[in-house]
Amino acid sequence: DRRDRHRLKNRDGSIRGDKSVMIQAPGEPLLDPESTVVDDRDDNWGETTTVVTGTSVDSISNEDLTRISKDLEDSLPLDCRRYISPVLGAILGLISVITPLAFLALPQLLWRDTLDPCGTPSSYWLFYGVRVLEPQETDYRGIVGYAASLVDALLFIQYLALVLLEVRHLQPAFCLKVVRTADGVSRFYNVGHLSIQRAGVWVLDQYYRDFPVYNPALINLPKSILTKKMSSFKVYNLEEENTNNSTGQSRAMIAAAARRRDNSHNEYYYEEAEVERRIRKRRARLVVAVEEAFTHIKRHQDEETATSSPKHPRELMDPREAAQAIFAPMARAMQKYLRATRQQSYHTMESIINYLQFCITHNMTPKAFLERYLSPGPTLQYLDNNRGCRWTLVSEEPVTAALRQGQVFSLKRLDFALVVKVMPLPFLDLAEEFIDPKSHKFVMKLQSETSV
Amino acid sequence: MSFVPGQPVTAVVQRIEIQKLRQGENLILGFSIGGGIDQDPGQNPFSEDKSDKGIYVTRITPGGPAEVAELRMGDKIMQVNGWDMTMVTHDQARKKLTNKKEDVVRLLITRRSLEEAVKQSKGSHPRQ
Repeated sequence: DRRDRHRLKNRDGSIRGDKSVMIQAPGEPLLDPESTVVDDRDDNWGETTTVVTGTSVDSISNEDLTRISKDLEDSLPLDCRRYISPVLGAILGLISVITPLAFLALPQLLWRDTLDPCGTPSSYWLFYGVRVLEPQETDYRGIVGYAASLVDALLFIQYLALVLLEVRHLQPAFCLKVVRTADGVSRFYNVGHLSIQRAGVWVLDQYYRDFPVYNPALINLPKSILTKKMSSFKVYNLEEENTNNSTGQSRAMIAAAARRRDNSHNEYYYEEAEVERRIRKRRARLVVAVEEAFTHIKRHQDEETATSSPKHPRELMDPREAAQAIFAPMARAMQKYLRATRQQSYHTMESIINYLQFCITHNMTPKAFLERYLSPGPTLQYLDNNRGCRWTLVSEEPVTAALRQGQVFSLKRLDFALVVKVMPLPFLDLAEEFIDPKSHKFVMKLQSETSV
Repeated sequence: MSFVPGQPVTAVVQRIEIQKLRQGENLILGFSIGGGIDQDPGQNPFSEDKSDKGIYVTRITPGGPAEVAELRMGDKIMQVNGWDMTMVTHDQARKKLTNKKEDVVRLLITRRSLEEAVKQSKGSHPRQ
């Protein structure tokens, strides 16, 4: 499972500040040279509250899976990484299912052999080997009871793991505020008691669905407005010594700039208004073009063949051809609109025709077709599934620590980051009150004051 | 000053005579009234009993005829020129006070301090 691939960089095993953990999706080559030097036998690994500590190799806990998978990671080709954990889990599951049956079958098979079943270091098999196979126990019923107790123990462990891993995580206890540093888009999520790692992964899952795609072309102020302020003053140094004047210079410049009448907000306002107007105009053209284009085609009903075939045999098109046919009149308007809203890099012509074909097939209206282009959709829409998504979890506390009020951690990408702040959900004191429906009565409220 | 339905209302009242002042076309008295049987008695800030629907003086124009005649804010008007004011609507009260044909109104008003003054005087002068 891709989310359980963690690497901790503390080699001395102690808790240090400013940990950086890489959460990698499979398919990505490890570009970071540092990460190859990894301490596999990491004692701080794993959830802190679980009880599953080395009872049997047959227990399917996430921690065991990832410990094993970590060892295999470097040696396997990159494509297999995604599937290792499910496969390992399946193998272990198979073993645990077979074990009770094997317990019952082995005495039958091995009475003549006095070999120990060696190799798997677990208390159950060891116990079995020593107490049952050695003295060639003939009390079959006892063996069956022993196998049953193993099954009970496994069941208990499984439910315990379920409770600890899932139920505790589901009950909401904290509210995470996730802010994207690039443009300030923020969302709030309710989570339960998770570790920082799991919270990070969970937030990323929600990020791809909830956050509109980050468009680096839409920046705050065009550079032309900002840079005007800087280059208007030259400072001449009339004193002899050249040292310690840099602060004096910059202070003088800042003071002068502050005193100067600042008109850049004016320019910003007019520029914004102009851009807004242009976008609206192009949007209007686009909407009209699309509406008109959609009127050119019509779904072919089978009953019409009788009437139309004698006069003009209409050629039947499949959705792809229909989409290409009506794309031509709207292509220019679409392109101009995408340029105006700086979305042109997200939509290729091919993708537009594909989507048009999709809409035509499902009888969508022009408005439904346009909705995808008029507002930026969630990031998930623009992902291609081939490459994984590379994020870095940055936190000041050890990432296996549980979430606490006031914690802040961030998930970094190349060009922006998501800053996550943890806030506790308020403790609710819910009182109940019953209102008799007959008690709703009203009087007129008149309060006149007249002067005489 | 609360009343029991069916029983006569007793109160200690003071007689006040106000001369109306002519202001242009109008004859004004220089105070404002509130209350009435069609109004919400709970809004009345001056009444002791919040179910009292009588007419109360809510404002006095400084220097006006009402202030000169010693009418005070919070007084309850029991009668105007012989007409009862304890069971009238707000508009009826207004009409009785602003009758253009009269230029004098004789009010019977009651206030809490009157009751207490009477009680005190009764206490210091035992009944003979």
